[in-house]
Parts: sequence; C-alpha cells; structure tokens
Amino acid sequence: MKFGVIVFPGSNCDQDVYHALGSVLGQPVDYLWHGDTDVTGYDCLVLPGGFSYGDYLRAGAIARFAPIMPAVIDFARSGGLVLGICNGFQILLEAGLLPGAMRRNDCLQFRCQWTYLKVENGATPFTNRFREGQVVRIPIAHGEGNYYADAATLRELETNRQVVFRYCNENGEVTPATNPNGSVGNIAGIINREGNVLGMMPHPERCVESILGGTDGRELFASIIDWWQGRERLGA
Amino acid sequence: MEPEVYRQMGLTDEEFERIKEILGREPNYLEVGMFAVMWSEHCGYKHSRPVLKLFPTRAPWVLQGPGENAGIIDIGDGQAVVFKIESHNHPSAIEPFQGAATGVGGIVRDIFAMGARPIAVLDSLRFGPLDEPRNRYLMNGVVAGIAFYGNCLGLPTVAGEVYFEPSYSGNPLVNAMAVGLIEQKDIRRGRAAGVGNAVMLVGARTGRDGIHGATFASEELNQASEERRPSVQVGDPFREKLLIEACLDIIKEDLIIGMQDMGAAGITSSSCEMASRAGTGMEIDVDLVPRREEGMTPYEVMLSESQERMLLVPKKGAEERVRAICRRWGLEAVVIGRVTGDGIMRIKEGSRVVAEVPARALTDQCPVYQVERRRPAYLDELQNMDLSRLPEPADYGETLMKLLASPNIASKEWVYCQYDYMVRTDTVAGPGGDAAVLRVKGTGKGLALTVDGNGRYCYLDPETGGAIAVAEAARNLSCVGARPLGLTDCLNFGNPEKPEVAWQFYQAVAGMSRACEALQTPVTGGNVSFYNETEGEAVYPTPVVGMVGLIADIEKRCSNGWLQEGDVLILLGETFPEIGGSEYLAVIHGLVAGRPPALNLEREAAVQELVRQSIAAGLASAAHDCSEGGLAVALAESALAGGTGAVIEFDGSLRPDYLLFSESQSRVVLAVPPAARDRVLALARERGVPAAVIGRTGGRELAVRVNGRTLFNLGLGEMEKQWRESIPALMAR
Repeated sequence: MKFGVIVFPGSNCDQDVYHALGSVLGQPVDYLWHGDTDVTGYDCLVLPGGFSYGDYLRAGAIARFAPIMPAVIDFARSGGLVLGICNGFQILLEAGLLPGAMRRNDCLQFRCQWTYLKVENGATPFTNRFREGQVVRIPIAHGEGNYYADAATLRELETNRQVVFRYCNENGEVTPATNPNGSVGNIAGIINREGNVLGMMPHPERCVESILGGTDGRELFASIIDWWQGRERLGA
Repeated sequence: MEPEVYRQMGLTDEEFERIKEILGREPNYLEVGMFAVMWSEHCGYKHSRPVLKLFPTRAPWVLQGPGENAGIIDIGDGQAVVFKIESHNHPSAIEPFQGAATGVGGIVRDIFAMGARPIAVLDSLRFGPLDEPRNRYLMNGVVAGIAFYGNCLGLPTVAGEVYFEPSYSGNPLVNAMAVGLIEQKDIRRGRAAGVGNAVMLVGARTGRDGIHGATFASEELNQASEERRPSVQVGDPFREKLLIEACLDIIKEDLIIGMQDMGAAGITSSSCEMASRAGTGMEIDVDLVPRREEGMTPYEVMLSESQERMLLVPKKGAEERVRAICRRWGLEAVVIGRVTGDGIMRIKEGSRVVAEVPARALTDQCPVYQVERRRPAYLDELQNMDLSRLPEPADYGETLMKLLASPNIASKEWVYCQYDYMVRTDTVAGPGGDAAVLRVKGTGKGLALTVDGNGRYCYLDPETGGAIAVAEAARNLSCVGARPLGLTDCLNFGNPEKPEVAWQFYQAVAGMSRACEALQTPVTGGNVSFYNETEGEAVYPTPVVGMVGLIADIEKRCSNGWLQEGDVLILLGETFPEIGGSEYLAVIHGLVAGRPPALNLEREAAVQELVRQSIAAGLASAAHDCSEGGLAVALAESALAGGTGAVIEFDGSLRPDYLLFSESQSRVVLAVPPAARDRVLALARERGVPAAVIGRTGGRELAVRVNGRTLFNLGLGEMEKQWRESIPALMAR
C-alpha cells in the first residue's frame, strides 16, 4: 500500500509521519504538495500536525481551501483512508469530513504531554490491532484541541460508535481530571460514519520507537497496513 | 547637525567626531543613523570586545568560532552542529509575549543562515519573585511567546532553566538558544563575495517596526521605557517556517554564496557585515525594497527591524532559481542591490545616492571603551559574613520540603508543558533532566544540550560564578553520558560604563575562560547584553552558558531518575562547608551572602571523566549532579524522576545542614547495580576521585540517616506534591 503525507505551508509534523511510515514501518510513502490537485495512486492520505497557514483565522480554516483539498474530499468520499493528526484533524473538521469543531484548550495554554487514551472502537481500519477498552499511551501537543459538538451530533457519534479515543488515566478511567483540554466527553479522536476518515489530536507518529518512550503509535499505523492487506486478500 | 539629533540616537560627541574623521565630512541623517545602530553596544560590543578576547575559541573540532551568525562544531561522519544563544531582555521587559517570541525567531534565523536545519530551542529565563503580579504577567507572556513561536516553527524546546530573584524584577532575562544540524559540505557563511553579484532580500516586507531596537537594547530601562513599546517587533512564525524551508531548499541546490538574517539594525547590519567579512562593498537601492507601508524614508527602510527577512548573495545567474523556490514557499525574493569592489556601502534611492559609508567603518571601527574596573563595595561585607552562627534547622524534613517548593528548585513543568518538546521525533530526553538528549537520525549518535548559569554565585564572586556556570553545564552533559564539545554564552550584565559592572564583567569572563580551558570546551560565539538595569539598579551579573555535547553511542546514555530497586548509590566528590550563595541560605535563612562554593577544575574534570566512563561502560543506571539545594535536593530529584525511593546512610564530620545543603561543586550521585559497585569504586580510586557509598535505592520513601541520626524520612508522594504544585499554585494567584 502507498501512503501520501500532505504538506501544507506550516505543516511541521510531515517529516515525522514520513519517518514513521517510511523508516520505521517500511512502507512506501510520498509527500504530497498542498498545491497539487491529484491524489491518484495513494491508498492512505495523512494530514500531519503543525500550523498550516500559521493557524491564522482559526486552526485549519485556511487549509481547507488548499488546492489539494477537493481531491482529498473526493478520495475520502470514495472510501479512501484518511488520517488527520492534530492540525490534520482540525483541517478535517473545517473541511466537513468530520463533524464538530475545535476550540482553544480550556486552560488557554498550549499543552505538550503524554496522555493515556481509551480505545473505544477497536474495529476500525486504524485501530484493529487494539482491543476495545485497551489503554494506550500517546502524546499530545496542541493549543486548540478542545473538541466540541452539539448534543445531537454527540448522540450520533456515540450511537454510531464514532468516538475512537477518549482521554483517560492509566487504568482507563475517563474523568474530568484526565481531560487535558476540555474536550466534550474527553474525546481525543473520532471517525466518520463510513469508518474511513479518522481525526485525532494525539500524535501516533511520536511513539513508534522505544527510544522515544513508547510504541503504541506504531500499532495504529500497523493497523492500517493490516487492514489494507486483509482487504487485498479478500480481493476487495 | 544639532548634537541632540545624534545624541538621541545614542551616539556621544566623541563618537560623532570620529565619524566625521572617518568620512572626512559631516555625515547626513541616514549615515548617522547607520553608525548609531552599528556602533550601539548591542551591535558594536564596544564595552566588551577586549574582554571577550580572553575566551578560548579553538579546538580541532571547532569548525566556526565567534564572528559568524553562529558557531559550528564537528560531530563526525561529515556532520556538524550549529548553535548560538542570544538575549531578548529589553523587548521582553516591556512586551513579554512578542519580545520573547521574536527572540526565538532571531536566534533560529542565525542557525539556518549558516545553512543548517534548526533542530532544537533552549531557553534560559530569569524573573523577579512570583508573588508580584507584574512578574507573573512577565513570565506568562514570555513563556507563551516562546511557545507561540517555537511550536509553530516545529522546533522542540528541549531544555532550559528558570530562576527567580528580586534583582530581575524590573528587568527579566530572556535568553534563547537554537541548535541546528548540517552536512559540513552545506555550510555557508555570511559573506558577500563576488563583485557584481546580486544582493537579494527574501521574506517579509519591510515596515516601520523596530526602528532603533538595537539602540534601545543598549540603554537602561526606566519609566520612559514603556514608550519604547513600538521598538519591539511583532513576530510571524508562520512566515519564518516558510523562510526556513525556502532557504534550506536554496542551500540544497547550492545557489548562494552567503546569507545572513536581519535582526538588530535590519538591512544596515546584515548588508555591511556581509560586505565587511568578504572585504567587499555593496550598493543597495531602497526603492527596490518591498514595503508594507507607504511613504517610508530611506532611513526607515535601512533601520527597520521587521522580522522574518534574510539577505542572500546568490551565485551569478542563480537569481531566477532563488526566486522560483521562494515563490513555491509563498515568499517574495527581490534583488535590492549588488556587491561592489570598493568596500563602500552605497545606499541609493532610485538614482540618488543617500548614504555612502565604508562597510568596515560600520563593523570594525566602532570605538572600544576600557572603563576603569572597580571591585564593588558590597562584596567585602557579603563575602565575610559569618554564616557559622546560623542555627541548624530543627526539622530537616520540613527544610527539604521548603526547598522543594522554592520556585528555583520546584518542577518547571508549568513552563515546559507549554512547549512542544517532542516535535521532530528526536527528543530522547526532554526537559526536566540534567541535559536534553536528541538522537541524530540515521546514526547511532546523540546530542546533549543544556543551558546553565547562577546569577547569585556571580553576584557574590563573578570569577568563581562564571567558572561554575561552565563547569555545571559540562557536568550536566557528562551526567547524561555526553562529552562536552563547546559552548555559546549570553552575558547579561548591568551598565558597563559603571566601574563595578565593568569589574564584574571582566571577572566573570575570566572565570569562564579558566573553566573553558580546563574542560576543553571552547567558546564558539555568543551575545553580550548590557544595561540590564532598572532605575539604576543592575541585575545580578548573569553569564549563561549553552553547551553542546556528543554521545558516541546513544544506547550508552543515562538519566537522573532512579528506575530500579537495589542500586547502590555512590557520591562522587567531596562536600565542604559551603553554604554561601546557596538556595538553603536564601530560602531557609533569608540571606544572599557568603562566598559561592569553590571550584577545583582538576577535580571537576576528573569527576566528569569518571561519570562519562561509567556510563559508557554501562556501569551506571542513573547519574545526577548536586547543584542548587545540595545533596538532599539531588537525592529527592532522582527519587521523584524515577519514582523510586532510597535509604541513605553515611557519616560525616560537618554539621548535618552543611552535609545536606552545601552546594559544593564537582559532586555527582551515581546509581549503580550492586555488581558494578566495586568496579566504579576502583575507577574512582584510579582517577583520584573521592567516592563514598551512601545508600541504596528502593521503596517509596527517601530516608536519610547521618552519623546514626535519622534526619528525615519523607514519602515520595508528599515530596512530589510539594515540588510539582509549587509554581502552578503561584501562577494561579
């Protein structure tokens, strides 16, 4: 399978994702330029973290108008795998590929720290190597990660099992004290209804090697590869 | 010209006379402005230049010493590390957020100006006590500003230091260090060589912001300083991120001869410094400079300190390609002049020449002042104070708990959790340890980075304090297993025209130089920040050392946390009755007095070599040096960092408070597995380093018994709460 990492002006985790996929997981991976309009030939697109367009106006608000975005939207609508990490998640929200919106952290400060996440749905292309209810440790680094959705949308997300990760403690308890940014329902990551577009604030690419303090992120990328290979085997 | 005109720009009557002599005529307004910024203390180093010559600057591994945008050190395999530190004290004092943010922006530009990929930022911060609201405002703003700029650039802020003393109340110190990695073949220097070559301006448009920022940085702060707010520039990290990528693409294609960032004194300094280094001149047409505002005069264009701009001298014929790369990154790149052979900076507005000054007159002919040096009168009284009469604490547990809550010792997580210290996925050890460790992808190597200084020691004895700053930085690197290779210094002092400040400055540099020689850590560049005074009161003399070290095999590294039970704890070095200048003396007895601890550099070097050898041989499972708070705080920090307690038991002839809280130098606590104990003790004997087994790790408490008497027995939980919650609680007021 082939990964494409989209580079917006101001993306700054593009090289980290590229390294994780290419050097650590040994997958074919290319950078895709924001000014391009074609994503043909890729099986999974990653929108990396960073400050696309300086996060001016609102995180992700300008990036959604980048020339490559119509192709990303088409790709997602036709079932292609799209992973948005941090700023990438914010862009997916702004582009309407995922429901809800992002506000500033409730502490009004940037937060960089390791977080524990409860895997709420282990049956997605991105999480199939995790058990449901499993606690994983993946770091966050953001100033606008305070996820919001109105009550109706939230109900829908819950009903359809679209909440994939919640901030918790090491025992898997989801409490206000384990919420680093004020997100409604401690939500750290959600998937679209069709199950092919995942947005998450934590950075899996930062924990793919034990020298960096953890490898849970590697399992997320490995899930994508497993899922793809399984689909190939079924001749899908 | 009316004297008020040049005086207001910061020039003295004598300096103005000298300019007339150099030019052989009366300078015009623009020319005076150019001289004023280039001859400001900030750019001209007129009170520091002769003293800075004391620094050792050479070693076989130094590829670039002082005088360039940044220093460069060879780390093998054709790679090198580029690094430099710089102050942004004055701007941060009146506009903390933008002042600190643009401080990061400026120092990062110095790194990629050499052609290097920036890979990390460090910060050294000093504020007044946090119970004053203004100091909290300053710290909030400074930390948020560094986070805003560094995080957006995608650069991890991996280490730093934060101290609080009343002397910094009106004048905080904000020193930022940046580090880059480069293939040696890509190194570029800030030289405008090749007569006829184009001179290009890349990046942001030029506005009226920051005019005379360099002059402002060369004055004392006072009530009128608030009016200087417009001298503080506004940073745009997004544009700088684009500038980094564009400049590195330009380097990759080998399109330029040299480049330089525009910081203090804007186009004026970058152009004349590039010309001066190459022995050339330059012709610049201000009409060609893209502006953000209409009606700007040549004076405003030449002196603007608008951020996120670089000056490039492309190879002949490469202009179009440079423009194309910049366009791809959404940046403007404009030819604004060309390199000439006559050594003259010729500034034109269209066809009209508006200034004509020899480049070297601006960069090299700045007058140098040797101010009389006088030992400050306060020293005798403070140094000779009899500290032996101070009472011993009644409760050692309570004493340690107070020290752990002292903001100088307490956890700085409140600060560094606002920095993205993980981006670039090379941070193997981030903030909170003795030194940060970064891996170098594609190699087995690691870089260790630290920034250190102790203003209190320097206040009490600048020579010893300066030496300790260097020794402690090197010790911190050694404690993670790295060999120290070189340093960049940021010298924060008061008004150098005062004999006492001149004395402190000289002494501190002399002490630093002594330690640099002994520890083989040459100075590769740095920055002097004078006039750190508020209403006539100087800050503590505060030399800050940013040091870089190399770990040959990153698997052979160490941290300060005790991670396993049953390790033997060995104290290397000796404890002397040295509580002068200590955190114990300040926090428990309310005194800043005495002499700082003595520094025996031979011993220091031996201890550091032993620590590195033990780590490289895989004998040590943790290493931590004793610094502020002495042995007791070092033990508590290791316990908290690793989540493992210890039982400590040793005998000593000193007063127990001296044994626990003296800040004697050249001491490191090693945790070693029982099987390695004898080997480490034997190595210590070989090197003549005193080594004593003082306890064993284990449990969830830290118990200390001296001469059979239990001094304290504290749970990790209660210590951690005290240590971790102190600064957040103060900031929440």
